[in-house]
Amino acid sequence: MGDRLPALLKDSALTALMAAALGLFIVGFQTRDIGQGLFFDYQFVDLGIAVVTIFFGRLGLHLAAMGLKWPSFALGTVLGAVGASPLKMPSTFLHWFVVIAGVLIILRTIWPWANAALAKARHSERGRAMGQRGAKWFGAILLIAAVLLPFTPFADQKNMDLAVLILTYVMLGWGLNIVVGLAGLLDLGYVAFYAVGAYSYALLSTQFGLNFWTVLPLAGMFAATFGLLLGFPVLRLRGDYLAIVTMGFGEIIRLVLLNWVDLSNGPAGIGGIPGPTLFGAVFAETAPPGQQTFAQMMNIPFSSNQRLIYLYYIILLLALVTNFFTQRIRRLPVGRAWEALREDETACKALGINPTNTKLTAFAVGAMFAGFAGSFFAAKQRFISPESFTFIESAIILSIVVLGGMGSQIGVVLAAVLLIGLPEWFRDLGAYRMIVFGLAMVLIMVFRPRGLIAHREPSVRLHPVRAGP
Amino acid sequence: MAYFTQQLINAVTLGAIYGLIAIGYTMVYGIIGMINFAHGDIFMIGAFISLIGFMICALLGISSAPAAILFVLLLSMVFTAVYGWTIERTAYRPLRGSFKLAPLISAIGVSILLENYVQLAQGARPKPAGSVVQGGYNLFRADGFDVRVTWLQIIIVVVTVVLMAGFSWVIAATSLGRQQRACEQDMKMAALLGVDVDRTISLTFVMGSALAAVAGMLFLMYYGVVDFFIGFLAGIKAFTAAVLGGIGSLPGAMLGGLLIGLIEVFWAGYFSSEYKDVAVFAILVLVLIFRPSGLLGKPEIEKV
Amino acid sequence: MSAAHPEPLIEVEHLTMRFGGLVAVDDVSFSAGPRQITAIIGPNGAGKTTVFNCITGFYKPTVGRLTLRADQEYLLERMLGHEVGQKARVARTFQNIRLFPGMTVLENLLVAQHNKLMRASGMSIFGLLGLQRYRTAEAAAIEKARGWLERIQLLPDADRPAGELPYGAQRRLEIARAMCTDPQLLCLDEPAAGLNPRESAELNELLVSIRDRDGIGVLLIEHDMSVVMRISNHIVVLDYGRKIAEGAPDMVRNDPAVIRAYLGTAEDGPDA
Repeated sequence: MGDRLPALLKDSALTALMAAALGLFIVGFQTRDIGQGLFFDYQFVDLGIAVVTIFFGRLGLHLAAMGLKWPSFALGTVLGAVGASPLKMPSTFLHWFVVIAGVLIILRTIWPWANAALAKARHSERGRAMGQRGAKWFGAILLIAAVLLPFTPFADQKNMDLAVLILTYVMLGWGLNIVVGLAGLLDLGYVAFYAVGAYSYALLSTQFGLNFWTVLPLAGMFAATFGLLLGFPVLRLRGDYLAIVTMGFGEIIRLVLLNWVDLSNGPAGIGGIPGPTLFGAVFAETAPPGQQTFAQMMNIPFSSNQRLIYLYYIILLLALVTNFFTQRIRRLPVGRAWEALREDETACKALGINPTNTKLTAFAVGAMFAGFAGSFFAAKQRFISPESFTFIESAIILSIVVLGGMGSQIGVVLAAVLLIGLPEWFRDLGAYRMIVFGLAMVLIMVFRPRGLIAHREPSVRLHPVRAGP
Repeated sequence: MAYFTQQLINAVTLGAIYGLIAIGYTMVYGIIGMINFAHGDIFMIGAFISLIGFMICALLGISSAPAAILFVLLLSMVFTAVYGWTIERTAYRPLRGSFKLAPLISAIGVSILLENYVQLAQGARPKPAGSVVQGGYNLFRADGFDVRVTWLQIIIVVVTVVLMAGFSWVIAATSLGRQQRACEQDMKMAALLGVDVDRTISLTFVMGSALAAVAGMLFLMYYGVVDFFIGFLAGIKAFTAAVLGGIGSLPGAMLGGLLIGLIEVFWAGYFSSEYKDVAVFAILVLVLIFRPSGLLGKPEIEKV
Repeated sequence: MSAAHPEPLIEVEHLTMRFGGLVAVDDVSFSAGPRQITAIIGPNGAGKTTVFNCITGFYKPTVGRLTLRADQEYLLERMLGHEVGQKARVARTFQNIRLFPGMTVLENLLVAQHNKLMRASGMSIFGLLGLQRYRTAEAAAIEKARGWLERIQLLPDADRPAGELPYGAQRRLEIARAMCTDPQLLCLDEPAAGLNPRESAELNELLVSIRDRDGIGVLLIEHDMSVVMRISNHIVVLDYGRKIAEGAPDMVRNDPAVIRAYLGTAEDGPDA
């Protein structure tokens, strides 16, 4: 092994050198605007620490890949310890950076062993059956926990807000999963349909006084109609062109909302959107004339939590409907045709399947769920503006689907919790959130293109699964 | 008439910048058939490195404008090219042979990553830059209106024309260009004939990124401001230019850039500046629907 | 044209296909009878697959008429892509296998029955509601798939992803998938390519049974002469986009034009 060491050192040094070249200007010279003109804040210490870490990180990964367990393990531990030590570094980010490098090396060291164990479990008949039952149980437990959450001690304002947010993304992820995961159509403008739903409710409720439950189906229909109109001309296009065109449509809708002030009130947005009612009762301290509050109806004291809990159950219900619908339609001919189109469009044509119509249904159904979610969003926020519907929002939803595993329902839940929940819980992570999104998309494509949950359950079986003893 | 001429001059300047970015899209698409979604952000990186380069010039006391421009041009091209090279190596190369949309998804990830990396390192607020080249030349006066072409506009067009000419020469006459064209036709066959495919693709990214860096520098000089988000819109416009001209075709990219510059400037000048971006998006959508091979591209025949 | 079938199943008249300046198929006419296996042979680049692509709706012919006479008369050149499969029920396989690799073997066969199942599911609405009508149709579709899996000896692999099957099994599955569409004409593009002699013999049996037991007319592109000569009723020979000969296997085998253009010299083996 000794003779390979110089080559490894050289490669690690080259990697570090590239990192230094990448960071030299963007990181090394921070530009500061102090009143009259720009000045530099030099950050060469930060850069130096990062480059040295990259050198040792690369070296450690090499050692681990060669199977030199102890040296790489030691290197990983040292890096981790240095990062976690109270040693003074210019920023907490660097501490994290060094710790993560160490952890990566350790993970890489134990990877072959873990991978072998996993592969063994996956390939045994018993492991497969257990995995399936496990997924079923996991789903059931998750569902029960979600239903009971508002009655647990965790149900304070902050957590309930977060839970509603996560569920909104779970629903959007499930909706987009129909388009991207099942039908294989990369839709980069999904947020446009979310916007259509949101503005439908905002306008119909503030202008015509319609209530949430009346508008909800309408908003879904509007969004689906938009999906059909936009989809019809473009769904013949090749996959990557389709992606760009949908992004173009998404931006067009946002720009129109921004500039068509008569309709949308432009950048100022629409405020005073009423929240959802329950059998006509409103969730507020005092009811408008002619209506009663939920607290009056139930004859209980008012609490602002009631509104939040109600919103929580609405979005939980909507998300579950999305999930149930997807599970069901996957087993129908149209769902199978979606998956077949994803696998091979030419073969589908040869079998007499109309690709455009089939894609169109996927596009419209996905849009419909985005429309539902959008009108929920408007009812929850009570204020919407075009700012909430940027391309980044589409990218976030897409990264949830990609990370979770395209086509996997439980994967979307995991990814939404990871990508939306974690950064909210750990506030200082917030600034790095989008970096993590971007990085996750690249890493998933490189290392695990089928997502965290790659298993695909057949939509129908001829032979029952043999259960383990 | 005078207003029209003035708009035309402005449009050509803007079109030159879009054309330079569009070449990067078109070359990468030609050779590996992927839309490098992050290319607009490479351009943004180029603009930032140029900004920092000009500030370093000021610190070093380089006061001659040509010297400063040349220094920043080289600096920005080299260091932006490192970004292009690294991205191809780490985020795209491992995906050859993965499923069709994998490179595009990865590129979107890279785009998000770059934008937020620059935002984190350099801050979110727009950075103003002093002007390096001032003054201009009054062409003529009509309708009580001076038609003026600035020295900067001349520099932008000249730099663009020189680079594009040099570049076309590289593709047409050098062995690197031959290898690139060979890889475009048939990557496997080129590899069998001894073309180093990996190296050729890497160099394609390096060249595309270097041109984007030039565009970044010219953009910075022209608008005098830069922020982490400029790459998104500029990237889409340049991509539209590449598609309009016929993706995969170099003259197409230049022509497309010019047309997008014209459309944007004249739309803003004669209709409404609010909807100028909508106009570009609409053109992108319409071209892809009705003529996906663009103006100068060859139509693709579906092979079964 | 054999005299026993005055009414051909498919009639190709003056078919011409140009790509830019290149003439891939030049004024080709032939016909194929019902319950017959008709082979199209010719050297590489003779335009065989282009003829197939015109018949199955993947290319729109530059000139020519393609008539399918089955339950009714269809002018295939006027139909759009998938309609050839959907309405005229012309099914095909591909030179390079095109299964749905991530879906199971059974799912592949169910996708082939899409149009029938789609009607039964009432555009998915009956299906979503779980109505009896749809469940009966689905059970019948699964039974049909099971029957075909037995015929191609893939029953135990029904729930495996199609992409995991060995090559020969994938070829058989693609034929079974085409048959599950209830075709009136089956077009096979080099079904024996890459098969070993034993698999090739099994394929012969399968094709003969499709012709005799299911009564389906088969159009076949094939290089493997052991398949072509043994099972075809009728052979059409193309060279440089033109038809140079047509007739029964024995006639074609001895046709001097065929020997000259296709086989090289008479002494060379037929696989040259």
